[in-house]
Parts: sequence; C-alpha cells; structure tokens
Amino acid sequence: MAGSTNLRRFPGFLAVTIACLFVLYAPLIVVAVYSFNASTSITNWGGVSLTWYLDVFTGPEAPKFQQAALNSLIIAVCASVIATIVATLAAVAMTRAGGFRGKTLSFALINLPLMVPEVVTAVASLVFFSAIGFTTGLTTILIAHTVFCIPFAYLPISARMQSIPDMYEQAAMDLYATPREAFKLVLLPLMTPGILSGFLLAFIISLDDFLITNFVKGAGIETLPTAIFGSVKQGIKPNIMAISTLMLVVSVVFVSLSWLVGRMGQEKT
Amino acid sequence: MTSPGIAVSVDRVVKRYGSVTALHGVSLDIRENEFFTLLGPSGCGKTTLLRAIAGFEDVTEGHIRLKGKDLVDQPPFKRPVNTVFQQYALFPHMSVTENVMFGLLRKGWNRQEAERRVRDVLELVQLSDFAARKPGQLSGGQQQRVALARALAPRPEVLLLDEPLSALDLKLRQAVRMELKAIQRETGIAFIFVTHDQEEALTMSDRIAVMSSGHVQQVGPPREIYEAPINRFVADFIGETNLLDVTVESVNNGMAKVLLPGNRSFECPAAAVDARGPGHLSVRPERISICAEAAGDLIATVTGHTYLGTDNQLHVKLVDGEVMSIRLQNTESTLLPKAGDVIGLNLEADAARLLAD
Repeated sequence: MAGSTNLRRFPGFLAVTIACLFVLYAPLIVVAVYSFNASTSITNWGGVSLTWYLDVFTGPEAPKFQQAALNSLIIAVCASVIATIVATLAAVAMTRAGGFRGKTLSFALINLPLMVPEVVTAVASLVFFSAIGFTTGLTTILIAHTVFCIPFAYLPISARMQSIPDMYEQAAMDLYATPREAFKLVLLPLMTPGILSGFLLAFIISLDDFLITNFVKGAGIETLPTAIFGSVKQGIKPNIMAISTLMLVVSVVFVSLSWLVGRMGQEKT
Repeated sequence: MTSPGIAVSVDRVVKRYGSVTALHGVSLDIRENEFFTLLGPSGCGKTTLLRAIAGFEDVTEGHIRLKGKDLVDQPPFKRPVNTVFQQYALFPHMSVTENVMFGLLRKGWNRQEAERRVRDVLELVQLSDFAARKPGQLSGGQQQRVALARALAPRPEVLLLDEPLSALDLKLRQAVRMELKAIQRETGIAFIFVTHDQEEALTMSDRIAVMSSGHVQQVGPPREIYEAPINRFVADFIGETNLLDVTVESVNNGMAKVLLPGNRSFECPAAAVDARGPGHLSVRPERISICAEAAGDLIATVTGHTYLGTDNQLHVKLVDGEVMSIRLQNTESTLLPKAGDVIGLNLEADAARLLAD
C-alpha cells in the first residue's frame, strides 16, 4: 500500500523479530517436544514416545492430577458463568443507561482487577477471607476467580454492545415489545457473540490462574496449576511437561474460539 | 377533544434539551388518510417531532393526541403507531418473515392470522420471494420495503416515516416515491413523512408543513407552499427563487402595489404584509420572460448563462446591482442573449409574491 510504512526497511527488524519469537516460543516448544521424550531425563533425548502422556492418566500421580483438574474445571465453569452474567448486566448498564452519576467510577471499578497487581489482590483476598473466618477451600477460590474474571468477560461484551445501535431496541418497542421483550428478543441475540467470547476468555483466565489461587486455597485443595507447581518443587519430571502441553492446547483452543466467535458476530451485522 | 377527520393532533408541543429548545410550541393537525410531510433543513425539529409522536422523546410541554386520545404518557410500545426508520433497523438475526411478524406477535395475534397477514403485506411490497432471507442478504431498496412492510403489518393508525428514502440512490428513490404514495392510497392510513428533500415533499404529499428552527413556518398543499409561500424562509427553502428588494406603495385585499428596482410600478399578490416601505418580492426563475428593454418590468444586464439540459439558466444584474436568475426552456427557438446584452424582464404578476420578512 502506498504511503504505509514498510517495516522491513527498519534497521534490525529481522533480528528483533527473531529474538522476540525465540524468547516467547522457544520454551514452549522445548516443553512440548520433551513431553514426547521416551527417557526419564528432562535434558537427554531418548526417542519419541507417549509414555508420559500415559503416565499423566495412569501413573502414580494420576489421582492427584485428576482431582486437581476436576477442581479447576468446576471453578472455571462456575466463576466464568457468574462473571459473564455480571459482566453482561454491567455492559448493558454502561452502554444503555445513558450518562448516570458515577459512570466513570463504575467503569474504573469493573476494570480495576486488570490494573491492581495480582499479588496485591491475592494477599488482600487472603487477609479478607481469614479476617472473616472464611476458609473453605473451593468456595474461596471460586469467589476470588469470579472477581478477577469479570473484567475479562466485560471487555468483549461491552465492545460488542457498543457496535449495536440502539435503533434495534427502539424498533422493537415501536413494534409493541415491552422493554423486557425488546431485551430478550432483540438485544440479547445480537449480544450473544460478545457474551460467548467473554465467557470463553473468562474461562481460560480462571483455568490458568496460579497466584491468587495459591494464596486463597484451603489446605489440601489443589487446582491444576497449583498441583503442577507442587509437583515441580519435588523435581521436574517429564509428566509435568505432558500436562503443561495438554493445558497449552486447551488454552489455545479456547482463546481461538473466543476470537473466532467474536469475529463471526462482527461479520453478521 | 375528538375532532372528526383528524388522525393526529399536535398541540403546542415544546421540547427542550437543557438550554436548547428543539420545538417551540408546535401545533399541527394531521388528517386521516393523508400523506403529510414534515419538511425542513437538518436541525429544524422535524425528526424530534416524529420521535415525539412515536414515543421515543418525551415532550416538555403540550399534548399529542391520536384520534382524540392523549399519547403523551404512553410508552412507545403502547402507541398504535409504527415507524419506518431512516436506517431501517431491521433485526439482523431474523428472516424477513420474522421481522414482519414481530409486531403482530407482540400485539397478541395468533400465529395463523399473523402468517396470513405477513404474506399479504409482503405481497403489497412485492417481496414474497424473499420471505426466508435475512436482511443482510437484501439490497438497500429491498430492505427499505421490508421496513415498510414490518411497520404496516400491525395495521397502525398512523405510519411514521423518518427519511426512509435518504439511503437509496437517486433512480431508486424516484421509483420508490411513486410506490410509497400508491401504498398510502391503498392502505388508507395517514403517513407522516419526514424529509429534507423538497422534491420528495412536493411530489408525494397531500400537505406539507415547512419547519425551521423548531417552528412550523407554513402548512399547506404542495402547490400552495411552492406558489404562495408566506415568508422568505419558505420561498427560499422550497425551490429556487429570486428575492428582490422593493418599495411597497400600498396593500389592498391581498394585492400589493410595489415599486421595482428601476422605479417601474408593479402589482402582485401579497402574503400577510400590510406595511408600506421596504419589502421583498419573490419571483420564481421560470416565471420570468425576456423582452425588449423598453417593454420590461425590469431592465437587466446579462452576465452569463448555465446550461442545465432541459433549461438554460440566465444570470442577470439589475440596475441596483441585485443578481437574478431566469430559467428559459431549452427549445430550438430559444435565442439566448449574450453576456453584456441589456434586456427587459417581464414578471408574471400572479406568480410573483410580496413577502413578509
């Protein structure tokens, strides 16, 4: 395109690009490749095998990881569902209620978890839960996850809402739909791609979280990331690489889905 | 307060947004069966008035009555009026049929009757073959007709149209005008049509209300609006006109005697002017003919001309420096004066009009 900058002509473009790609992806590739290693060593290559994937599901640590994966799944589903509902309501209020007092403040509050350092939130949550004497494992994790998932669900939903002009709801009400019917029959279906996208993003953020979970989890309760960390502390075994690779695949699938669903909705209107 | 024959009565409606007043006590009666147009430049309040009738804007003061019933406190979904929106606002996730059926089902029609009604309305707008399509798969003109069908389906007492033709290209717009007018006659309900396009207003309307800055300037049939404007704004906004500074000598029974530039005297109809002194004379460019210098009401010097296809537009300058334009039909016999020629101009007395400021 005429007039646009040709990035390739910048000095060092290729070197910087390769360096970035290397730092970002080389470790992931190493983990993924070594998860197929036949040897018990994590540094010596002993041929291709699926031993460690088998070990994840049937090995001595399998029950521990399965329980952790189940916990992670329960928390991720519940937290992202609740966060998506809250985020949807927030997005409707922020884009449809006009200007109200404290609108900017509300916006800042919704997005605060993105700006506060995670370790601060983790410590604060821990202090808060123990101050009120609330230490029942899964529930504390669930509450904490719901809170930090809200902004992640909110962003795609509100982006979608802003692209829906309010003429559709007006047309619905002009055609005898009550405000409730206009929301249910017109606005909600148009918002759906944004809501799905927000849900998937919140789900994967919850599934991945280690820091806050590690602070607020009760004794004996593990999610997949904390279980992996616990296991690594006793030395890295190749089965950890297999688990990590599986989680990586799940993450990539969900993030891609979230992006695809969001884009699909934009093409429709 | 029911007046027979009146569909919508707008009664001293005021709309203020903070310190801005969009409507200054507008009063209008729209008759049943009428194609009524709100015409004016953007920002004149015509869309605000339409949205107030639909219920999307609260009025600050005044009343809007539909067949005698006050609508002001009714939410939009309880008003028996439907709107064709400027951008159509067709629901993108529903098919044409579902769009058209939407209002019927919300109004509580049973499905069978609703389906029959949808078929009838789609036939009326000639879209029966497109019933299963989504709005995104239709052309602009087709979408416009779906919007019309959707608004007509629930048999509203009044149909509101918010510049529905402005998104169409010129050729299509001209075809749709005739179609709209025919559909209005066929359905027999009052249409309230908002536009800034004077040609649209003149060709389709039974009556036009010309609005500017929140006031209704004049209400009347197209011919009256065009040929007997009551003030400078209306004369200037509708079509082209020449506004001449004249001296009023006397006004009697709606006829004025004025002194034209160049001091020849002239008699013509007057619109609500009774003062002597300076005044404005409106003369349409096509109601002026050229003649020999001595025989004209005005003496002018030709400064040039513009070729317009069907017409030639002649530009002239009067003795006092005022500029006028004259339209001469482009026939073979037309001999155009050249720049620099001094010519006489004859004004058709019944087509000229003395205007209030």
